Amino acid sequence: MQHGKYRFIAGFLALPLIIYAIFVISPFVQAFQISMTDWSGLVGTAEFIGLDNFQRLWESDDFWNALRHNVYMLAIVPVVTLALGLFFAFMLNVGGKRRKNEVVTGVAGSKFYKFVFFFPQVISIAIVAVIWSNIYNPDPADGMLNSLLGAIGLDGLQNAWLGEKSLALWCISAVMVWGHVGFYVVLFSAAMASIPRDIYEAALLDGANRFHTFFKITLPLLWDTVQTGWVYMGIIALDAFALVQIMSVNNGGPDGATDVMPLRLYQTAFRDSQFGYASAMGIAMLIVTMTFALLTMRFARRERIEF
Amino acid sequence: MGSTSAHDNEGLGRRNLIKRSAALGLIAVPTMGFLSACATGGDGGDDKKTDAPKGETSEKNPLGVKNGVALEAFIFKGGLGDQYAKDAEADFKATYKAEVKHTGTQEVGPKLTPRFAGGNPPDVIDNSGAGHLDMNKLSSQGQLQDLAELLDAPSLDDPAKKVRDIIHPSTLEKGKHGDVFDVLYYAFTIYGTWYSQKLLDDKGWTYPKTLDEMVTLCGEIKKEGIAPWTYAGKYPYYVHFNLFAQIAKIGGMDAWMAIDNLQPNAWTGNDAVKEVVEHYEELAAKKYFLEGSQGLTHIQSQTAWNKRKAVFIPNGSWVENEAAPTTPKDFGMAVGALFDGSGDKHPHGTLRAEPSEPYIVASKGKNPRGGMELLRIMLSKEHAQNFATKVKSLTCVVDAPEGMTLSPGLASANKVFKEAGENLLSLQLQEWYPALTDEKLGGLTGQLLTGELKAAEWIKKAQAEADKVAKDDSVTKFQRTS
Repeated sequence: MQHGKYRFIAGFLALPLIIYAIFVISPFVQAFQISMTDWSGLVGTAEFIGLDNFQRLWESDDFWNALRHNVYMLAIVPVVTLALGLFFAFMLNVGGKRRKNEVVTGVAGSKFYKFVFFFPQVISIAIVAVIWSNIYNPDPADGMLNSLLGAIGLDGLQNAWLGEKSLALWCISAVMVWGHVGFYVVLFSAAMASIPRDIYEAALLDGANRFHTFFKITLPLLWDTVQTGWVYMGIIALDAFALVQIMSVNNGGPDGATDVMPLRLYQTAFRDSQFGYASAMGIAMLIVTMTFALLTMRFARRERIEF
Repeated sequence: MGSTSAHDNEGLGRRNLIKRSAALGLIAVPTMGFLSACATGGDGGDDKKTDAPKGETSEKNPLGVKNGVALEAFIFKGGLGDQYAKDAEADFKATYKAEVKHTGTQEVGPKLTPRFAGGNPPDVIDNSGAGHLDMNKLSSQGQLQDLAELLDAPSLDDPAKKVRDIIHPSTLEKGKHGDVFDVLYYAFTIYGTWYSQKLLDDKGWTYPKTLDEMVTLCGEIKKEGIAPWTYAGKYPYYVHFNLFAQIAKIGGMDAWMAIDNLQPNAWTGNDAVKEVVEHYEELAAKKYFLEGSQGLTHIQSQTAWNKRKAVFIPNGSWVENEAAPTTPKDFGMAVGALFDGSGDKHPHGTLRAEPSEPYIVASKGKNPRGGMELLRIMLSKEHAQNFATKVKSLTCVVDAPEGMTLSPGLASANKVFKEAGENLLSLQLQEWYPALTDEKLGGLTGQLLTGELKAAEWIKKAQAEADKVAKDDSVTKFQRTS
């Protein structure tokens, strides 16, 4: 029975595994192979050049500049997104005033808010980027943000946003947060719903306030979900390609201030026709992303609380 | 959700499942070795000679296009749209009873790179726009059809005249890689300072002749509460259209060619560079640029200009078509030639005019003869005029605009073009080294115009960036002597 079971499972898995191998694993393997050539991407011939591309990458200021921006985003975007997501989810599910017959409730209109928060998630990222680049339009009459600031008398805060070297990266990061926070509100809401009500009840009887319930009950019981969200959000922060490519001034500008690794890769491949070098960048990105995911999994692990 | 750990000992635990699938993945990897028939190993080497279909040549069909063989056209759909190409394709279809597959796109490079690598490129490509294919690489790798046959074929309108004789000499010059003519730049772009004639007339201003006059006029304009200049901060290379050309006009083409050829000290050793970059520094210091321009797209800056928020904008002749939706009826769009500086090497009225919209025919496509014939159709007077009417831009067919009514911007462009006569400048730097001009110098220029960077720094850094490219073996280098 035992060996028959595995054969049975393998039989079902064969087809998806073959498809996975062809369309996911083989491109990965090939990227390694291409990264050691000087392939232009335009013709079928390429020379093997060993690790030269990686050496070039190591010495490239542009690449380190791009990587640094990804690391900045990695440090800020997941924290802010998850914190906001947790906060909103808590308010929508637990944070409301106590009502009759209900131990914990969300704030009034929480169903509606949930819908609103989730909305950016259903819009394609390209559309999000276009919408926001119009919001950031520096024109004081046509740009939404600037005209809003003008209308409420805060002319002094009007800015060129994406055209401002010190602000551009954070303008794009803000869009990233905006675009993803809704997903985490819904994710955390679902997770919170599975926390037994009697735990809250006991805490409330002991006189715990919202602050205590959040940090002593909700957050520890959600830790697994938060950790998953962290990895997921981190990978998004290490990408950021679509937003930067569509929104940023001069493709990663002003003067390289918003350049990110995937954009550099794209430019190297499609503008400069250096697919070999671009593949080396892809490998470098893979290493960075994997390192991040492994470190997070390793150090964020905590004792599980069973309920 | 919550925790799943309570169920870990039932059946295949999550951890075990992951371990096992990882193991399966490891087995799968080596077996994929032979399956991955490797992208680099595909066809497309020099082994495959063109087995192009060829029909009978005749007076009507000098290139010997075979009837009924399908043609595929890939047209850049940017400021000029792609309707003009569709019109020519319709004629091709009617004449040769062949299907024409048309694709209009803004992403020529990303879409066609894999097709060239795979050995099945489309026949005709309008390789324009920010994401265009690297034509130097394509040419050196034998992917481009030699268009000599097209040049020697009789033109559609007058069999006594060869195609070579009806197109502009600089188009013939620019389309060459070495001695082979393999790129047909169909349009002619006039670069310069664009303005509204009506606005100038209303205010009693005249288009300045020199850089100094420009600074003076900017002061007057600013007093009226209008910004003298705006530009597409999102694409700072728009500023280079004027900035680079102005350097070439004052310093002379020999000094500019040193810049094109990435020679040492080409930027730092050229006094015209100093004069022009300092001019822009002055404009920035006196706040003569519309506030926020550094964050505007080309469309947004053109719209602000159409709304008279700014008087001048550096641009190319496609602007009339591109800005048409926001241009007021009585705007009187006009373009002016380059300004005089001190000790100019080129006379007043010198203009930067570049053959543009590079059309290429893939030598390894399915119907290269059909591709050339489509170009011959497009070079007929009928289609050149259709282009001028539809997209308000000049073509390389020299006599095409004769006897037709031109739109204001096009008429103005045609006028400065005629006035410039032989004094046309053609710059290669952006075409050859877009990573240098658009990304690196563009970044510097962006800062120059916001006043964050001084002219002296701009020049020093520009030289350093150019030197870096000159030393980089992975960038294909070019040389020009004329």
